[in-house]
Amino acid sequence: MDILITGLVLGGTYALIAMGLNLQYGMARIMNLANGEMLVAGGFAAFWVYTAGQVSPLLTVFLVAPVAFVANWLIYVIFLRPLVKRAKSRGQLEVDSILATFGLSFVAVGLMLAVFGGDYFKYSYLARPVTILGDTYGANRVAAFVAAVIICGALYLWLNHSRAGMSIRAIAVAPESARLVGIDVPRLAALAFALGGAVTAAGGALISMYLTLDASTGVMFTLKALVIVIMGGVGDVRGTIVAALLLGVLETFVATVFDPGLTLAAAYLLFVLILLLRPQGLFGRRQT
Amino acid sequence: MNRRSLMKLAATAALATGMTTGAALAADPLKIGAVAPKTGPLAGGAVVTFWPNVKLWAHDVNARGGIDVGGEKRMVEIIEYDDQTNPGETIKAVQRLATQDEVDFILAPYSTGLNIAAAPIFARYGYPMVTHTAISDQIEELSDKFPNMYFTLGGATGLAGGVVEVLSDLRARGEIGNKVAMVNVADAFGIELAEVARPQFAAAGFDIVYDSSYPLGTQDLSPIVKGAKASQPDAFVAWSYPPDTFGLTEQAKIEGLNVKAFYTAVATAFPVYAAANGAAAEGVLGAGGVHADGAAFQEYAKRHEEVTGAKPDFWASGMAYASFEILEQAIEGAGTVDRAAVSEYIANNSFETVMGTISWDENNNNASYWTVGQWQDGLFKGVASTGREGAVAVQVKTGWE
Repeated sequence: MDILITGLVLGGTYALIAMGLNLQYGMARIMNLANGEMLVAGGFAAFWVYTAGQVSPLLTVFLVAPVAFVANWLIYVIFLRPLVKRAKSRGQLEVDSILATFGLSFVAVGLMLAVFGGDYFKYSYLARPVTILGDTYGANRVAAFVAAVIICGALYLWLNHSRAGMSIRAIAVAPESARLVGIDVPRLAALAFALGGAVTAAGGALISMYLTLDASTGVMFTLKALVIVIMGGVGDVRGTIVAALLLGVLETFVATVFDPGLTLAAAYLLFVLILLLRPQGLFGRRQT
Repeated sequence: MNRRSLMKLAATAALATGMTTGAALAADPLKIGAVAPKTGPLAGGAVVTFWPNVKLWAHDVNARGGIDVGGEKRMVEIIEYDDQTNPGETIKAVQRLATQDEVDFILAPYSTGLNIAAAPIFARYGYPMVTHTAISDQIEELSDKFPNMYFTLGGATGLAGGVVEVLSDLRARGEIGNKVAMVNVADAFGIELAEVARPQFAAAGFDIVYDSSYPLGTQDLSPIVKGAKASQPDAFVAWSYPPDTFGLTEQAKIEGLNVKAFYTAVATAFPVYAAANGAAAEGVLGAGGVHADGAAFQEYAKRHEEVTGAKPDFWASGMAYASFEILEQAIEGAGTVDRAAVSEYIANNSFETVMGTISWDENNNNASYWTVGQWQDGLFKGVASTGREGAVAVQVKTGWE
């Protein structure tokens, strides 16, 4: 039980890390390698607001998300839309966007170094135990898990039950055909990208409660997010959630029952197995 | 050559003569190279420990009017490169400093791995290399191979030995029993320290009741802390790196791992450790330490904060500055910028620095160094060393509040 809850809580963290990338890659078709930097920036904002004014990171999220939304909208319109316009195929867009966002990630690291400095940023918030079914867990992790549930749940409902959400799913499935039924593809792709950035930055603000970040840690999160998104299936919110939780529970299980040194090996073994058995990811559609 | 360029040449020549006559007042600056991470996994450490001290040292030297090179005062000019925590980039940058920037001296890079990577290039161009953040048990082999390489921060055996010594002391005082929970980050540093610590703990009669490693970058350390707690240890020792040093401390607090001796390795001595943990940091043991009550360190810490706007850490920061002081004193002592002469001077002298006297054994190693420090009253004070002065008595950790 302890393993399951610890694992689910860790899975919540992973979902926060990966959900934004899924929106950007799955829906807006931009393989955003600067995703981790957006997460670190969100974390830094929470750190800064907390140390300056003792404002809870759980509240800062409401500030970080809209700012990140606007910033990502601008990034998409200025840097990425030209790539989308000139791309002749999905493959070309993928290569172009990987290169462009790889460059952007360096710019972002440089900017953060200049603005925040390269020091570790770490503060202590809700670092006290809560007891669930007789075992203790970090209150900050549980709070982040609850927030992850809310964010992922809201996204899922929005994508499946609102007109804009369904249109976004339509452009994820078939961008060409979506245009034929009167969907404004460029606008919705920008919306999906901006939303992904907002979710990532909000995730960063939440995980900064318990993880130590610095200006160059972004790439670590990008990699983890990529693994989770691909495991779950590109463009499927359910897949990302399931993959994140699966990974969290597996890592905790291995760390507790076998050896903490084997968690990475177990995580990548799971990744390889899923790629072998279901190359499109757990919930992904087979590409024709 | 046309007339205009001839004129230019004449003008330049005139200017140059003017310059030389003015040279008694302002000589060419000494060019000093600095290579360390500004990005990448080790940037967080280098930005606390290395870069501010480069700035501070250049500031201090130039405020004094420069380095006295055989009677001529020369200012220093720093040329910085970011090696992205990539040994290949460190090597390239050092090479570039040597061949293209033609610097007079190069400050040793940051961290054990990057120093070892750069050592052959330093040796090839004959630059003296006074390391400040290289911890190794291969000092004898390294100094054999690279006679211009000097070590100041100690070795793995000494660092682990310091922890064993501190725990033995607490046991002798009847404060703790024999049971030690030990974990390490699965990285060169953590693995080496755990390996040298195991036999030392056994020899001192300690029983390692929990022994485990975790991958670098582990995002949830609670299974480790839970496992350690379940083994009911008297002491907890973690050979950890910065992100996990913070993570383990927070988890220990959450899980109520109330051991009387709690040790985390790298970054425990960082000011941000105390800032993030507040009162909970009190009594935590960590790698390193300084003579925190000494006038030399306090004066240095004050200047560090004034000039760079940041506090130094309580271990390698001072050593980084001290290594630059050694270079400066050696240039003045040798009275020349000839690298061989300066190297020779370093080898044959001991140096007064902010960290106290630094002298070398037969392996170019500063044999007396700090091994364990402890947060006491908001300062990280050295509690164990291999022969440095100013150690204070170790205290028992009393919970996390």
